[in-house]
Amino acid sequence: MLLLAIAIASASAFAQQASAAQAASALRTTASQAPAPKTSSSGVLRWGGDAEGGAPFVESDPVNPSTLRGFDVEVAAILAEGLGRTPQFVQVAWSSIDASVRRGDFDIGMSGVEDTPARRAQLLVTIPYYEFREVLTVRRADAAKFRSLADLRGKRVGTLGGTQAYELLLAAGPTDAIVAVSYDDDVHPYTDLADGRLDGVLLDNIIAARAERRTPGLFTQPTPAAVGHYVGVLARGQEALRDQIDAILRGAMRNGRLDRIYRRWEIYDDSEAAFLRREAAAAPLEAVGSTGGQATSTPGPLSATLRYLPAVLRAALISVVLSCLSMALAVIVGIVVASGRVYGSRMMRLVLTSYVEVTRGTPVLLQLFVIYYGMSSVVRLPAFVAAWIGLGFNYAAYESEIYRGALLAVPVGQLEAARTLGLAEAQVLRLVRGPQAFRLALAPMTNDFVALLKDSSLVSVITVIELTKQTQIFAANIGSWVVPGALCAALYLAMSLPLSRLARRLEKRLRIPQS
Amino acid sequence: MSEPILSIAGLRLSRGPRVVLDGVDLDVRQGERVALMGLSGGGKTTVLRAVCALEPFDAGRVTVGGFTLRPGPIPRQSHLGDLRRSVGMVFQFHHLFAHLTAVENVSLAQVHARGIARHDADARSRSWLESLGVGAQADARPSELSGGEAQRVAIARALAMDPPLLLMDEPTASLDPARRTELAAALAALTAAGRTLLVAAHDVTFAHAFATRVAVLAEGRVVEGGPPSEVLVRPAHPATRSLLLGNGD
Repeated sequence: MLLLAIAIASASAFAQQASAAQAASALRTTASQAPAPKTSSSGVLRWGGDAEGGAPFVESDPVNPSTLRGFDVEVAAILAEGLGRTPQFVQVAWSSIDASVRRGDFDIGMSGVEDTPARRAQLLVTIPYYEFREVLTVRRADAAKFRSLADLRGKRVGTLGGTQAYELLLAAGPTDAIVAVSYDDDVHPYTDLADGRLDGVLLDNIIAARAERRTPGLFTQPTPAAVGHYVGVLARGQEALRDQIDAILRGAMRNGRLDRIYRRWEIYDDSEAAFLRREAAAAPLEAVGSTGGQATSTPGPLSATLRYLPAVLRAALISVVLSCLSMALAVIVGIVVASGRVYGSRMMRLVLTSYVEVTRGTPVLLQLFVIYYGMSSVVRLPAFVAAWIGLGFNYAAYESEIYRGALLAVPVGQLEAARTLGLAEAQVLRLVRGPQAFRLALAPMTNDFVALLKDSSLVSVITVIELTKQTQIFAANIGSWVVPGALCAALYLAMSLPLSRLARRLEKRLRIPQS
Repeated sequence: MSEPILSIAGLRLSRGPRVVLDGVDLDVRQGERVALMGLSGGGKTTVLRAVCALEPFDAGRVTVGGFTLRPGPIPRQSHLGDLRRSVGMVFQFHHLFAHLTAVENVSLAQVHARGIARHDADARSRSWLESLGVGAQADARPSELSGGEAQRVAIARALAMDPPLLLMDEPTASLDPARRTELAAALAALTAAGRTLLVAAHDVTFAHAFATRVAVLAEGRVVEGGPPSEVLVRPAHPATRSLLLGNGD
């Protein structure tokens, strides 16, 4: 019963992703069925966004899930109309919008895409069409205590990874000693805040307002930590299209269409109105920086690498420590399970076999979700502990199969000889069967350890920032995968190669020559 | 006549539909060297395995060293202490511990089952290996030993536990004919110390040289028994005759 409840609870975390993907595929179908326009040669304006972002940005219509709604959807419609084209939505993971538009998967990316120097260095950016505020949300009980980031010294503050808010938290880290916790979605930071896993969440005011409505007991501080802008991003070489779009946006600001959209989605206030008036009046070709800073001061790859290196190395350390601890757990549990399956009673064998089959037969990602989110109403594990237990018990199932095979591979004759000599059954296992099984298991174990090292990247879904996740953040921030990718690969190799070497040496030393 | 050290009565054992042992009766007294003879597949090995509690049987009983084995599942190892102290076994295929050297093979049970200090156990082990002619191989792994050497290490391993009754399964199988006589002499010397031997063998020459008594196993039963000079010279049972005929090697 408990297991069932846990599974249902954690299914919600999973369902989010699944439903977004479903909605997206449904949308593509309807979009392709739309009548072809005559005015433009290409006919459609492909715009990329992430329907998982949800309302009010982009979400599938609850009434008619095969259509999209949201203010970004309506802005895209204005752009398409102005260009004389039909809007066609392309679903893409929010963190991949930049890379995807550069590849040419769509003409313009826009669903809460922030204006940042890194983006400007890599892509063409439209004029901002919405001004948001980075706001701090805390539990209502802490409203008086945690008024700003400065009050959260030494506390855990969550946000969406790869955002301006995350950068803000990292920047606040050294001075205010804030522990920045990165999430892959903008729902779980707030549930974790309510659950007490975090003490604050820093995100866009739109997202915070939505979270306050959904999750009771939260309070958003009125004073913003920073101001940012949503823009559309285009691949380089699309200057003409970008200029057309800028003109359309400006027109929509002048005639009040954007005001009406924002008002309808309840994301409109006096400061937004002032922003739109200001933006509409700006000279056509003037570049507008996000928080006053000019885009020209983009750091070079070397200085960016140096800036991120400590974080990447720390993440690598987390990867290696987590992998070692998980492997240790997997080995211990694996030995117990394997021994139980070889020596245990029928009942015990049945239970252990079920554990192995369920664990091997379900995705480790689901198991991590269940342990971290699904069980949070029963036991609230810290993320690292949940990751350790999740990976450890998952790999234990594989290890136990290796050990079981190895135990069964030790010739029965030797076990019988040991028994006739008067060794107790436990001694036969410890002195004769175990040592030989260990030698047989060593090679596949090494293999698993290396696999575990890489699988440890999965724990980023439960907010543990390990090497791969940190690399993603790094790459998203400098807008290139070349340096971060190479650095990440080098670090993984630096961890796995010595491991393989050590295992090979051990194997050679312990090898039993076969007669 | 002294009390038998081993008494097998009405031992029956089937594997599926095949009856392997169909009422084996055999008593062995202290100091005897008994050759259990019969054709291959006749159940000699099964009798030895039943005696050292490695094989469950269907009917009958085996009494050894004051411990009686009965039909049904093999008792737990922890209940078999008396039996294990009374009976040693040398397997046809030796079953040396592959991850240990010869001397470690011989020492392992001395240290862990008898609590003898490692240092003393190793010294004893080396002297056993020495007396069996494999002292030079003491530090070799089983994979580095010839069949005959492995055989003698296995004997040393069993003897180091000092069992009153030693079972051996086809000890001559991995030896050339010259070595067989040598082994027979060595085994005879062992019994001089009051030890009793029950050896499964099909080699008539070896049985002649080694045994004080022969028991012939055929059709799942002991069909003939007596001193080798009688049984192997004037066989009464057809099975014994075919055994003698078939013994070319």
